[in-house]
Amino acid sequence: MAVKRSDGRKPNELRPIIAKIGVVPNADGSALFAFGDTIAIAAVYGPRQLHPQHMQNPSKGVLRCNYDLLSFSVYDRKKPGPSRRSQEISKVTEWALIPAVYLEQFPNSVIDVQIYILQADAGTRTAGINAASMALAHAGIPMRDLVCSLAVGKLDKEIVVDITKEEEDFEDGEGATDLAIAKLANSDEFSLLQMDGKIQPELFNNALKAGAEACSKIYEVQKKALKEAINTLGSDE
Amino acid sequence: MKNKINEAHEAGEVFSDDSQESNRKIVVPGEIIVTGEDYLPGEGTRRDGDNIVSIKFGLAEESGRVVRIIPIFGAFIPRRSNVVVGRITDITYSGWLVDIDSAFSAFLSIEEFPKYINRNEMEQYLAIGDVISAKIWTLKNKNIDLTLKGKGLGKLESGFIFRIIPSRVPRVIGREGSMVNLIKERTGCNIVVGQNGWIWVSGQSLDSEIKARKAIEFVAGKVYVSGLTELVESWFMEAENGS
Repeated sequence: MAVKRSDGRKPNELRPIIAKIGVVPNADGSALFAFGDTIAIAAVYGPRQLHPQHMQNPSKGVLRCNYDLLSFSVYDRKKPGPSRRSQEISKVTEWALIPAVYLEQFPNSVIDVQIYILQADAGTRTAGINAASMALAHAGIPMRDLVCSLAVGKLDKEIVVDITKEEEDFEDGEGATDLAIAKLANSDEFSLLQMDGKIQPELFNNALKAGAEACSKIYEVQKKALKEAINTLGSDE
Repeated sequence: MKNKINEAHEAGEVFSDDSQESNRKIVVPGEIIVTGEDYLPGEGTRRDGDNIVSIKFGLAEESGRVVRIIPIFGAFIPRRSNVVVGRITDITYSGWLVDIDSAFSAFLSIEEFPKYINRNEMEQYLAIGDVISAKIWTLKNKNIDLTLKGKGLGKLESGFIFRIIPSRVPRVIGREGSMVNLIKERTGCNIVVGQNGWIWVSGQSLDSEIKARKAIEFVAGKVYVSGLTELVESWFMEAENGS
């Protein structure tokens, strides 16, 4: 008997997605991405001069990510400022995005990516990566591909995609496993793989496959959001 | 004065826009634009096997065999012979440092000033905060060197500057400066459009300056329409009737 998801979704069904670009007019590029109740915004500044100068790399540019939760994004107020968790996620976000960006075109410069979570309901790092990848495209940065990301889960023995906080805390049977992945949309390269919990080796490939399929759905949404932004620019404003 | 500025525009123009709507489509990074050995990857694209793949978000355009991307968003990427509008940020021993809104600040050597200047009197000609229109004459790694020698270049006095998205500049200039000339005629303002997206406007009254700014922002907001010139004409009609 398969587990029933509390919001009635099928195992391979995503939460409703909202994607939008141009939410921060001051930034060179910006995007909002939401999986259900998880909302992330990302703003991209640059390429611009990197200070301090000793961090400059004359052979390629630097991508600098900053991820954080806003203090009202979770039930118990999150103390503002960097924490061990947000620093780690900033770093893995950076690593997830770097394979997609042509950094060698910007020697001695930096591209700053700021990601903030407005509201958290699991999968915040993945929503952040989706938003950041759209924001980078919006900023006109040359990229190999867009990056799509989501959290695959295993509830007891069932593999499901895009898990919520409630599902993350699932405790029956084998419990819950949370596998965050990021993938370059048009290739089979994964740029982020993180896991909390346990999974059987033979199930792992199924989980990746389910994730890759869901990523292609996310890619379509990202693509649509980017393209629609140009169409609305043409007609009225 | 008007003619001088026009010539500066034409020299700095990377590509003309407008009326050539042909077959453009919106692409995102990683998207396959066309398939076939015959096509050549132009700016903003790469070849991947048989496919030409986009590496930028923008409009894909096929001109003959070459496929390239016209960017719609993004920071200013300096190129040689671009005319830019900048602001003096520092005075050094041998020249001025100029903020041109790119990844690196530009340098204007004292030798590139149209006339001989004594080192002690640099401030009298260009002080910190002054706005200039200048041309990029060399570009080496992180050094951008500017020159003021050329028609339409020099210090910009009175008026004000504002910023638009740099990739919209070709639209604002129009074919051989047609769009910016139209706006100049209709508002009676002097306008200098820098390739870096900084625009300087100076006119008889503040009202006409603001009108020019609004017209330019209107043009910059329309990226995906043809017959922009007529649209701007009717925009001016509306604005005149309204006031």
